[in-house]
Amino acid sequence: MNSTPTSTIFLVLRRLRTPLIVLIVIFAVSVLGLTLVPGPPDPNGGGPGPRMSFFHAVYFISYTATTIGFGEIPYAFSEQQRLWTLLCIYLSVIGWAYTLGTVFAMLQDKNFLNAIAVQRFSRQVRHLREPFFLVCGYGETGRLICHALDELGFRAVVIELDETRVGDLELQSYSADMPALCADAGKPDTLVFAGLTSKYCRGVIALTNDDGTNLAVAIAARLLAPALPALCRAEHAETVANMASFGTRHIINPFEKFGEYMALALHSPAAYHLLLWLTGLPGTTITRHREPPYGKWVLCGYGAFGRVMTQALEGAGLPVTIIDRAPPIDPSHTWIKGDGTGVEALRAAGIADAVGIVAATANDVNNLSTVVTARELNPRLFTVLRQNHVANHTLFEAFESDFAMVPSEIVAHECLAILTTPLLAPFLNAVRRADDNWSQQLLDELTERFGWDVPMVWSVTLNIAQAPSAYRLLMRHDSLRLGQLLRAPVTGRPPLECRALLLLREGDPPHLLPGDDQDIRLGDQLLLVGLEAARKDLDLTLFNAHTLSYVLTGQDSPGGLVWEWLAARRRAGTT
Amino acid sequence: MNLEKVIFGFFIVFAATLNFGFFIGEIDNPAHHDIYELFAAVVVNLIATVLKFGDRTQIGAIHLATSLVADLQLLAAAMVWGYVVHVAGTGLTPTTMSSIVSLSGGALFANVVSVVILIAETIMQRR
Repeated sequence: MNSTPTSTIFLVLRRLRTPLIVLIVIFAVSVLGLTLVPGPPDPNGGGPGPRMSFFHAVYFISYTATTIGFGEIPYAFSEQQRLWTLLCIYLSVIGWAYTLGTVFAMLQDKNFLNAIAVQRFSRQVRHLREPFFLVCGYGETGRLICHALDELGFRAVVIELDETRVGDLELQSYSADMPALCADAGKPDTLVFAGLTSKYCRGVIALTNDDGTNLAVAIAARLLAPALPALCRAEHAETVANMASFGTRHIINPFEKFGEYMALALHSPAAYHLLLWLTGLPGTTITRHREPPYGKWVLCGYGAFGRVMTQALEGAGLPVTIIDRAPPIDPSHTWIKGDGTGVEALRAAGIADAVGIVAATANDVNNLSTVVTARELNPRLFTVLRQNHVANHTLFEAFESDFAMVPSEIVAHECLAILTTPLLAPFLNAVRRADDNWSQQLLDELTERFGWDVPMVWSVTLNIAQAPSAYRLLMRHDSLRLGQLLRAPVTGRPPLECRALLLLREGDPPHLLPGDDQDIRLGDQLLLVGLEAARKDLDLTLFNAHTLSYVLTGQDSPGGLVWEWLAARRRAGTT
Repeated sequence: MNLEKVIFGFFIVFAATLNFGFFIGEIDNPAHHDIYELFAAVVVNLIATVLKFGDRTQIGAIHLATSLVADLQLLAAAMVWGYVVHVAGTGLTPTTMSSIVSLSGGALFANVVSVVILIAETIMQRR
């Protein structure tokens, strides 16, 4: 273990060693001198007066050295005593000035302040007594994730290299306090202070804009906390391969993810919308997109993102013309060397008869300029825009592109979906494989019931921890149907405003869209989508045995041993 | 040889010797116990304590602890002295003198422990 967090007190003591010794020596010399100097002569004549005792000397020096200065106590001093006192006064002033100077210099010392910050941070983390996520990197994505986690009621611990961003985090009004440290997340010690090995840590999210740091976080998480899910952002193919090589559970490449979305939107628009609706950020509304058309596409900027998009489009069998400033890298594509923001290059790429354009450079202004020019040349174009910075949101909003690719939002969606509902991933895979009609039907049914606002998606496991009342019931007798359980615990027992999407049972293949007559067994995992009220009602049913029995039978159970016994007698009497 | 080590050893041994010098003599006889020697013992002990600040090792911690004990005992002895002479006004009777000297005897024990640790530490080092 590194010793930095505990060392502040030792640091203070060591720095103050010399000033303290100087003070002690000055004090000792003053007191000693005062006890040796002769006092005022006796007024009745006789030799030199009595000398001051130690008690009086310590008293006098104490109030003189601390600048309180009561005067000449216990009696008026002799000239010799005054001479010595004069010396003592200046000595003590020098001593105090030196000590205070050292203390203030220490308080302003960068290392010292850093040591205090680290100590405070690690104490905050150690005192966290609820589940939290470790977020490395508080950039645009980090901020989105922290807001969403806060909204979902989770705590987050943040490590960020940039001091101004840490300051920004303190200004945000989160409902819970989020400990933040300004440090390099790539160092394992920092991660340990931040609670990587804590039993309350629920996951590590590496979102820094440096692939190397994310890689370092991934490997530290793999070795120090192998059981924790680690979500790591990676933009380069080599980093992805490297992370995958040591078994990082979730690697998120925003470009690849968007390429997948694009391919899905081309292949099955309904499935794409379903996916957007299910994985949206809580509290937002999904707007329907125009479906990407089939035909000739133009792509500006063949970088990491451009490559992925080219693959997605060509995978759907669409011809792509690439415009890039660099000479052709890949001879298998139609390649125009030129500036995508200019009219000539766009004309040369045949924008007039194209159906869509992808602006994929790393420069937001160039991307906007490209699409605006292209639309003037061909107003029916389908536009896909890459937005690199959230700060340019207003400009992109004003343009109203058909598709906007915002890396930070994509990473945030993906992280939240993985962290909060692990069952969602198998369902989404099934959606991706299903045909368009099935997705369209499901999308129509769900959005008609719950609207286009992003719904609550949650999972429930029927075990003693998450569903104690249902667990006890299932232990006693074996049949319970899904339709019976999904009812509201109010008069009339109307069906809950939610829909089961997936049922996972050990040993069976995943069961998509289980119906009301599906039987439920112990250990089943359910993925549900619906309104927040439904989730609360279902939680109550699963936790409270009385609510459960009301939901199943429509009768309030009396509660309490005596009343239960009386009710059982009454029932026996009537039958 | 290291000047820091010389100063460190000097103050620890000096604190013990001064303490011993004050302690030695008939326990209730004020003539055998000089107030200046007590004063010197207090000051040197305080300096020895400050010199031990900031060492994070186990031995460093014990060093500091023994020094703090010695300080406490010696300051108590000095306070008793001041109290009986100036506040209570009884002066240095055999009773008060023996209580002052026995307090300094406790400090002496702590100082001896400190010296033993110093020697043990030196012997442990093979350099």
